[in-house]
Amino acid sequence: MAHSGIDVLTAGSNFSRLLGGLWVTIKIALIAIIIGLIIGVLLGILRTLPNRPLRFILRLYLEFFRIVPTVVLLFLFYYILPKEFNVNLPADAVATLVFALWVAAEMTDIVRGALESVPQHQKEAGQAIGLTYWQLQRYVLIPQAWPLCLPATVNLMTRVVKTTSLLMLISVMDVINIGQQIIEANNKTAPNGVFWIYGIIFIFYFMINYPLSRWAKHLNKRRLEANH
Amino acid sequence: MRELGLKRLFTTIGVLALLVSVLAGCGSRNASSSHTTNQNSVAKIKKRGTLRVAVFGDLPPYGWVNKSGQRVGYDVTLARRVAKDLGVKIKFVQVNANNRVDALNANKVDIVLANFTVTSERKQVVDFAKAYMKVSVGVVSPQNAKITKVSQLKDQNLIVTKGTTAENYFTAMQTSVNLLKFDSKTQQFNALKNKRGVALADDNSYLYAWVKNNPKYTVGIKGIGPKQYISPAVKKGNTSLLNWTNQEITKLTKAGFFKTDYQQQLAPYFGKEVKASDIIINH
Repeated sequence: MAHSGIDVLTAGSNFSRLLGGLWVTIKIALIAIIIGLIIGVLLGILRTLPNRPLRFILRLYLEFFRIVPTVVLLFLFYYILPKEFNVNLPADAVATLVFALWVAAEMTDIVRGALESVPQHQKEAGQAIGLTYWQLQRYVLIPQAWPLCLPATVNLMTRVVKTTSLLMLISVMDVINIGQQIIEANNKTAPNGVFWIYGIIFIFYFMINYPLSRWAKHLNKRRLEANH
Repeated sequence: MRELGLKRLFTTIGVLALLVSVLAGCGSRNASSSHTTNQNSVAKIKKRGTLRVAVFGDLPPYGWVNKSGQRVGYDVTLARRVAKDLGVKIKFVQVNANNRVDALNANKVDIVLANFTVTSERKQVVDFAKAYMKVSVGVVSPQNAKITKVSQLKDQNLIVTKGTTAENYFTAMQTSVNLLKFDSKTQQFNALKNKRGVALADDNSYLYAWVKNNPKYTVGIKGIGPKQYISPAVKKGNTSLLNWTNQEITKLTKAGFFKTDYQQQLAPYFGKEVKASDIIINH
């Protein structure tokens, strides 16, 4: 092969543009995860309350974000809702919002599951020594539920990072979108550039997600060891 | 227990359906009222100081990004000129073929200059200005398995990009062809190279350019269906910007702008098969 196409990566400002795209990806994922975690934990605690209408509404929220594909959500929030309600957010903000709402929805279920799996006698013991509802949460339930929901939460993070690849649909200049620009711009001189661009994007995603996935595994192992 | 679960499922579905219909209901009410104010009139754009233009980012030589990260191409050059003549800065919004209409309707951009072919279906949802280019649908296939007639495509996979004229034409007029639809130009050409279909249909001028760099392929069918025109598009009802754009296109045509644009942006990409008069229009 006369031309392997690897210099597509180094030509001009291509590599720094890819890094710029990666930064957009990371920024959106990170802010969405942080906001989503906070909202998700709060709503997750609310879901353990005995209030039926509240539980129903939160369940509906969860199911909506779980059932509707992310592509549809992005399309809805970027193209359809602004048209109908006259709010016009920039693409990056819409992306962050959709991902945050999605993370929050998934988190409510993780948190609820973790809280409910704390043994009943722990809760009863807490009540017996006269703890209030919030004291019970703060000193008994959350400390014990926390390790249970960590691995699932970290897994959710890796899913968020991967799903950012859909953002090109709503004109976000993320790493995939920049990658496609470079591929098309060089298709004539370096048809094999596509391999290198997607290769480097693979490495980027791997570098973010592999440590996360290792961390999830490690947390899970530690939790199991602590239980024995 | 089972019955209870089923009942719950139906309740959930019912409530969801109700929610969606409520959303849709208030949506349609608002949509009609939002038509009354034009947020993208020429005066508003001048006041804002920026023209928001939808362009392609992966379609050389019309709209793409060079290695120094600059947006260039035939459409992009026109976009910059339009913004300059309006006396405002330009802001590019990169779109795919599929979301050009939505970008306008959702008020994400003021004008679309993304190789937008005029069709009667599209005319119902956006307003087209005067054309600045003409093309027709072509079909590209490998040299060693050349497709020269539509009949050869019967029950075969044909690759297209969603939202393009080629997709519309084959969906409406050639129903015996299996369409394999992709989201971006990048994907569709990769699919052809990976032999996911026997051929690929797109605007012919674009295919000429692609074939020039991929000599193993040829444009077997040069023109199919009626001649198509490529125009700037604005949001439906935006007469202010529409009229301005029409005057601008006439002015630029007279000034020979498109000839220069063709020579600089398109000629290096097209083979000898194409002449400037095949592409540009004399109004």
